[in-house]
Order: sequence, then structure tokens, then C-alpha cells
Amino acid sequence: MKHAAPEGGIGARLPRLEDPRLLVGGGCFVDDLQVPGMLHLDILRSPHAHARIGAIDASAARALPGVAAVYTGAELAQFLRALPSAGGLQGFSAPEHHALAIERVRFVGEGVAAVLASDRYLARDACEAIRVDYEPLPAVTDPEAALAVCAPVLHEALHGNRAFELRIGNDTAEALAGAERVVRGRFVNQRIVPNTMETRGALAHFEPWQERLTVWLSTQAPHLMRRELARLLDFPEHRLRVVAPDVGGAFGAKNNPYAEELLAAALSLRHRVPVKWIEERQEHMLATSHARAQTVEVSAGVRADGTLCALHYRLVADMGAYYHAITHVGPMMTAALMTGAYRIAHAATDIVAVFTNTTPTDPYRGFGRAEAAYFVERTMDLVARELGLDPLELRRRNLIGRGEFPFATPTGHVHESGDFGLCLERALARLDYEGARREQARLRTVGRYLGIGLATHVWRAGFPSVPGGKGYVVSGWERSTVSLDPSGTARAVIGTSPHGQGIVTTTAQIVAEALGIRPQDVRVIHGDTDALAHGNGTMGSRSLVVGGSATWLAARQLREQATRLAAHLLRLPADRLVLRDGGFADREDPAKRITLAAVAAHAQAGPRDLPAGMASSLEATALFEQPNFVTCFGTHVCVVEVEPQTGEVRILRYIAVDDAGRAVNPTVVEGQLHGGLAQGIGQALLEEAVYDTAGQPLAASFLEYATPRAGDLPRFEVELTETPSSVNPLGARGIGEAGTVGAPPAVVNAVLDALAPLGVRHLDMPLTPQKVWRAIREARA
Amino acid sequence: MKIALRVNSQDVEAEVEPRLLLVHFLRERLRLTGTHIGCDTSQCGACTVHLDGRAVKSCSLLAVQADGCAITTIEGLAADGVLHPLQAAFHEHHALQCGFCTPGMVMAAHELLGRTPMPDEAQIRAALEGNRCRCTGYQNIVDAIRAACERAGGCT
Ligand code: FES
Ligand code: FES
Repeated sequence: MKHAAPEGGIGARLPRLEDPRLLVGGGCFVDDLQVPGMLHLDILRSPHAHARIGAIDASAARALPGVAAVYTGAELAQFLRALPSAGGLQGFSAPEHHALAIERVRFVGEGVAAVLASDRYLARDACEAIRVDYEPLPAVTDPEAALAVCAPVLHEALHGNRAFELRIGNDTAEALAGAERVVRGRFVNQRIVPNTMETRGALAHFEPWQERLTVWLSTQAPHLMRRELARLLDFPEHRLRVVAPDVGGAFGAKNNPYAEELLAAALSLRHRVPVKWIEERQEHMLATSHARAQTVEVSAGVRADGTLCALHYRLVADMGAYYHAITHVGPMMTAALMTGAYRIAHAATDIVAVFTNTTPTDPYRGFGRAEAAYFVERTMDLVARELGLDPLELRRRNLIGRGEFPFATPTGHVHESGDFGLCLERALARLDYEGARREQARLRTVGRYLGIGLATHVWRAGFPSVPGGKGYVVSGWERSTVSLDPSGTARAVIGTSPHGQGIVTTTAQIVAEALGIRPQDVRVIHGDTDALAHGNGTMGSRSLVVGGSATWLAARQLREQATRLAAHLLRLPADRLVLRDGGFADREDPAKRITLAAVAAHAQAGPRDLPAGMASSLEATALFEQPNFVTCFGTHVCVVEVEPQTGEVRILRYIAVDDAGRAVNPTVVEGQLHGGLAQGIGQALLEEAVYDTAGQPLAASFLEYATPRAGDLPRFEVELTETPSSVNPLGARGIGEAGTVGAPPAVVNAVLDALAPLGVRHLDMPLTPQKVWRAIREARA
Repeated sequence: MKIALRVNSQDVEAEVEPRLLLVHFLRERLRLTGTHIGCDTSQCGACTVHLDGRAVKSCSLLAVQADGCAITTIEGLAADGVLHPLQAAFHEHHALQCGFCTPGMVMAAHELLGRTPMPDEAQIRAALEGNRCRCTGYQNIVDAIRAACERAGGCT
């Protein structure tokens, strides 16, 4: 059976179906919801980075009008389990992490007491009325310092502040010893804050007579949260419903089962009232996961011909004060991808993971992989400079070639397929690389500092399951159910939980393509655990490659069913049918025709006159999991001018060529790239979660923490290539994280290229005017 | 305290606490939840509404300060089920992803076009200084605003 692609199917630049509602103020985010009688939860947070908690006097708070209850950590622990602390599941000793601190606080912002009150203003008043005696303890925020013998110890039950140590890779000592040259460097991928525009929030509603608990959460993984809440609350999972309504960005930071969401649910159960908690921005800066916070010491072994023969990292990874759900995975992913797009036979990372008196770290767009790309791309530039080679030339000599896939790295990762050179050559052509180099040389003679930075980045998306995983497991499969209504419209219920990625539109396009109908006639339902029994969620750029593939498979199965039934009703062989314009027609006699609606209505009518073995509704469910991560790649080129008088960095051009595998909606794909680029450029130039040595955060609001604004960013020149992937039926590759992976090295390489004539070898992000200006001044002195 | 104001062309009277923020009044009392809250330091613009025709951050005003004023929120922009040209341009140019910053962006852009009928790209980017978006990278927002004003006969 053939079918003609409908308008708006795969590949169409369809304007998003989710937009109109959001444009007129008709979105529904957690804080937009009200349930009669709901109480507001507020959290009193520690002002100290490290302190023993003495007496807590909540009597004044409890006496305030409108205050229903106040809880301390010790009181809560009597009926509430500790939070998931995933490190422990991997054989590493994990500290206990409670929803509210017990006896000791270990970072500024850690919850100390919880208040329930009739409105949010009163809840805040009550927090302010609680008196806590703290005995401050010495704090440590620098991970290297935390490793020192005399450093203050965060978790006395563990051995010092070393969370775990792990080596990933093969032998590098011999290869390094045999290298003609060893280039060394130290790079910091600084701590940053996700800063979704919608902060976190929860509304928990326990209905005792129905024995039902509904929790609306600003989350990217409602099914995972259902499982975790059920476990932590000892509440039957089948009576628990988690809904992700509209979610205002997540970027990896809304995967974790956090204390506050758990508290809202626990207190709703205990008090038998609806409980709402909405995070404030300043709380978000302290209480939502931070990210990155990795430092490497690099040794790169190079042969005289400019090929790399060995790469070794000592990687210090800052876990923060506790583990969140998958904190420990970040450095492991960095290690797995440390060789980037290059053929390096010997590579290993020695990971040292450390606890410090800071907010716990966890995923953020590019988790582990952005760090890997940054380190290896900076290494390539450093090596090129020491060898006196053009960084482009060095990359060409080491890039994995088109014919070398699947390519196994020495760190246990297999690149399934790819064409790294394709993106590189496209980007260069767009820039006119030679011309740009000539212009740079000319401007240098008149005292102007132009820099060209390259990143030929590689990352991976759509993780497979880890067999036999225990405890906090995130499975690699995704599930979709597609059905036909008796009127001929379709619905897709999906297990991913989009929150800005445009997956409603792309899902509708995939179903439309498979069924030969308009995407407008497909309703996509997501984010509700009552609508789909099982799913995993949106994270790690898996929504299209894994979830979209499940939808594609389900829709194809549904089409086969419909075709069989249509053939049966038309008394024709199935291969004579063409599916177009919402119906099946005989290829040889188009007048013989039956609409999709008539087919669906016939099936619905009951189990009579159906082909053998067919059930009486047109519905198909498919589960899909990739056998391996999909390899994602691209080349970014950034051209900057550095103003030597002020240290200001101006981005003159930003070219991003990334491979989408298959772009279901190129407009949406480009949008994903834009957003990632903004975040990546933000990390390169503006953002940092700084602590002082006493553990006080110095960037705790938008006043001090600079997410990029419109005027901080250039116009992006974005191009897509489409090299089909081998691990999913759509051939798609992840794109959501490409920008945050590629932009930091491209920008930093550009700035250091600009500063090269001054002899500046390396600067750590963010490259603020002050830092750049100081480096120029020191270099000139 | 008693206040009387016009919100989206409707008269509203209410009894409010003096410390109630305008944004909470709009969202929680009037249930106009299209106006969002993204920060607590007047830095994100998610709460932007029009007060007597000027774009203001409703998180940095008290409800009582709006007494006697006319307010337009995002809910008041589309007329009779038809998107305002700015809203339509945001849709066509993929200028929103999660949609959380969007109402504030549209309200800020609306004021810009009233004030500067022919803004160039740099002026648009500068005018959005008080509005943060974490999803789009702004380019499509800028393009949408330009398209809307081109359609209205402005923009260079
Ligand atoms: S909420 Fe008003 S500026 Fe952020
Ligand atoms: S669209 Fe998500 S913050 Fe702007």
C-alpha cells in the first residue's frame, strides 16, 4: 500500500499547534491552578553554608493567624523517607539526604523548616517568625580544597569529602610516554544555574474519600515522579496521579524528585488538604540543582604529524552537598565522550567526585556531554597552538572519517553512525574560512583583535536502559498509543512530557504522515499519568528519537490495521489501496473508496464483519528503545572581536551546522538550536554561580546572575544536515542539546584565538569583560 | 482597602490588602493567569501588563497603586477570537517555546511598536532588555516583532 504524504507531514515547517493557547494567556502552569481550601507551603532555608542546628523555636510562627502547621526536619523524618540519593545505588557510599535538614545544614538554601498557611504571604510571615539557633561550622566550596586532609568534612559517616573515584578508559601511561609531545592544560567548566523561566512548583491534592492523590508538578518526567512519590510516601502507585501541566522550561533541572514537591504531597496526605508550593526565583538559585562544576587536568599526547595518540584527564567533579537523583552520572558521561569527534587510541579519565558546601548538581541541557565537548575542543586548540598548526588542520587530521562507523572509543562508547566532516565543511564554506583568516591577519596589523573559534562537537542522545538497574532507574524505552476516532480524527498519547520542545506538533506530524491525515486532526495527549499508564519523560534529547519513534511505530501499526480493514470492506487486496485525503482508494479505480472515518466507525461498531484476528477498535501501542545512544554532531564557528580597552567580547558571526538525522519540523529544530546556543553562549560569556570562601552564594538573583538577554546575543546562522541515524526508525538525531554542547568551546576558542598574539594561553569561563581585560593587561605588562 | 479600576475594558472593584502585589491581584483574584511571575527582583518581565497604555512590571506595583487606572493584560489583546497581529507573528515565526515568557514579551513588544513604529533590530533587542526568555535565544522573537510592524507598515 502506498500513500501520499499529507500537507504538514514529516519535513514540513508547520507552525506549532501548541502556540495559540500560550499566546493569549491560556496556558496552564502549576501556579495558575487553584483548588478550594488549598494551603500554601513555604520553606525556611539555611542562611549558613555549614552549621549545626540547635534549638528551633516555632511557637511564634505557630501562633500566627492562618498558620496550619510548622514542621522541622526531625519532625518530618518520623513519617517521611529520605530523598533518593542515587550514588548509593552504584556501590558508592551516599550521604542521607532529607527533605528538611536534620541536625546539620550543608549549603545555603537547604530547607530547615516547613510552614503551611492559608496564603503565601502568611506562610512567608510565619517563616520569618521561626527562630533557629545555628552553630556555624567551617565550610568548603572549592572542590580541590575539599579534598585536602584538613578540609571541613561534610558527611562524617563517609570518608572525607571524596564522593567516589572511578577510572574510565584504557591504558594511557605508555602512549603518553611514547608521544613526541605532551600538551598539558587545566580547564574549568564552571558551575551554572538552569534558571528555567518558570521556577519549580507543585500542587498536591489528596481526596480522602476517593483515596486518590493528584500532584500537579512542574516536571519533565511525570511517570518517574509518580513512581518516586509512591515509594517515598508509601502511597499505592495506582491511586497516585501526577500531571505535568504546561511547564515553563526544565532543561534537565526538573527531573529530580526534590524535597519541596515531596513535602507538598506528604503534607497534603497528612493534613487532608490541597497544598501548593511555588518556588521563588531567589529560592531557585539555591534550591534547584546547579550544573556542570567540573575541572580537568589534561595531558594530550601528540605525534609529530599532528595526530593525537593519547588523552588523559584527571576530572574533579563537584557533586554539591548531597547527591540528587543522578548527580554522579555527569562525570561518567564526560569520561565516556572525552575523545569527542576524534580518533584517539588511548584515552582515560580518572574521576574524583567531591562533596562541597554548595547546592547539589544534577542535569542541565548537555549534562556531562557539554563538559566533554568543551574539554576536548579546548584541548584541540591548545594542541594546535603548541604545534603551530591551524586548529582546523589539526581537526581534519584527527576527525573520525565517514567510513569508520560504527566507531568504538577507548572509553566504552560506540558512535553508531555519522559524518562529522560534512558539518565541518558546510560551516567552513558558509564562513569562508580562508577569507576570515586573511581579514584577521589584516586587522591585527592595525591593533584589532579578531578571533575565529571552531567546535567540531559530538554528543549522544536517547540513552538505552541499563539492565538490572536498581533504585532510581530511568529506563531507555518510550511508549506511545495512537488511535483513530470513529469520526476519522486521531489521538496520540505519549510518554514523553514536552515543555517547549514542540513535541505536540512533531508528534502530530508523524501521525499525520503515517495515516495520511492533517496534523490538525491529531490530538496529542501527554504529561498525565492517568492518560498513559507508563512512560519515562523528556530528557537527554530523547523525545523525538525515542518517543517520536514509538509514535511512528504505533501509527504505522495502526495504518496496517486500517488498511487491512479497508481492504476487507472494499473486497480488494490490501496492496491495491492508496491512502490519501483521509481515505483509502483503489489504485486502479479511484471511485472505489472508503474514508478513514468509515473504516474507524466500522471497527468501533463491534466485532462483526472484521478481518480475522482484528479487535473492534483501531488502536496501536508501541514501545521503542534504541539499542545504543544516537550519535549527535555538528560544527560551530564563532567569530568575535575583542575590544582591548574594555575586555568586551563582541560576537560578529555565529554559524551552527548540526545534523538532525531527519528534521520532522525544521523550524522547530532550528528553534531548539537557537535556544541551546543562547544558553551555551550564556555559559561562555556571562553565567556563573559563584560562592565566596565562606559558602555564601554571590549570584542569588537575576541581579547578579546574568542569563543572556536579547541584546547579549548575535543573530545565529543555523544550517541543518540530515545524515540518517542507524538506531531509530525515523533516522532522527537529538538536537535539543546541540547548542549548549557546541557553543561554549566555539566562543571560548574564538576569544582565545583573538588574544593569541598577546600570548594569553587560556581563560576559564565566563569570559566577562573584566576577566578578559585583566588578562590583556597582564599579558602586556 | 477598596480599589476601582478597569481591567481589559471591564470595571472591577475590590477590597485588597495594602501589601497585595498587582500581579497577585490579577492572577489570583481576577484569575487572569496569563500574566506570569518569573522573578522577585523585577528583572524578567514575565509579569508585563499595560497600565494606562504604558508597559509596567506588575510584580513591582501594589494593587492599590492601580486604583483608578486602566489595565490591559495578555488576555485583553486578542479580539473576538482573532490573534492580535503581534500574537500571530509570534506564532508564524516560532517565537515561543515553553510560552512562559511569551505574554510579557508580547506586551513589551506591543508598547515598543506604539512608541517606535519603525524599530531596527538593535532597537528591538534593546527594548527587550527587561524581558528574559530562556528558551528561544530571542532571534525568532525579534523576527516576529519586525514582521508585525512591517505588516503594520512600519519597520526599516
Ligand atoms: S516577575 Fe515581574 S519582572 Fe520578574
Ligand atoms: S519561551 Fe520559554 S522562556 Fe521564553
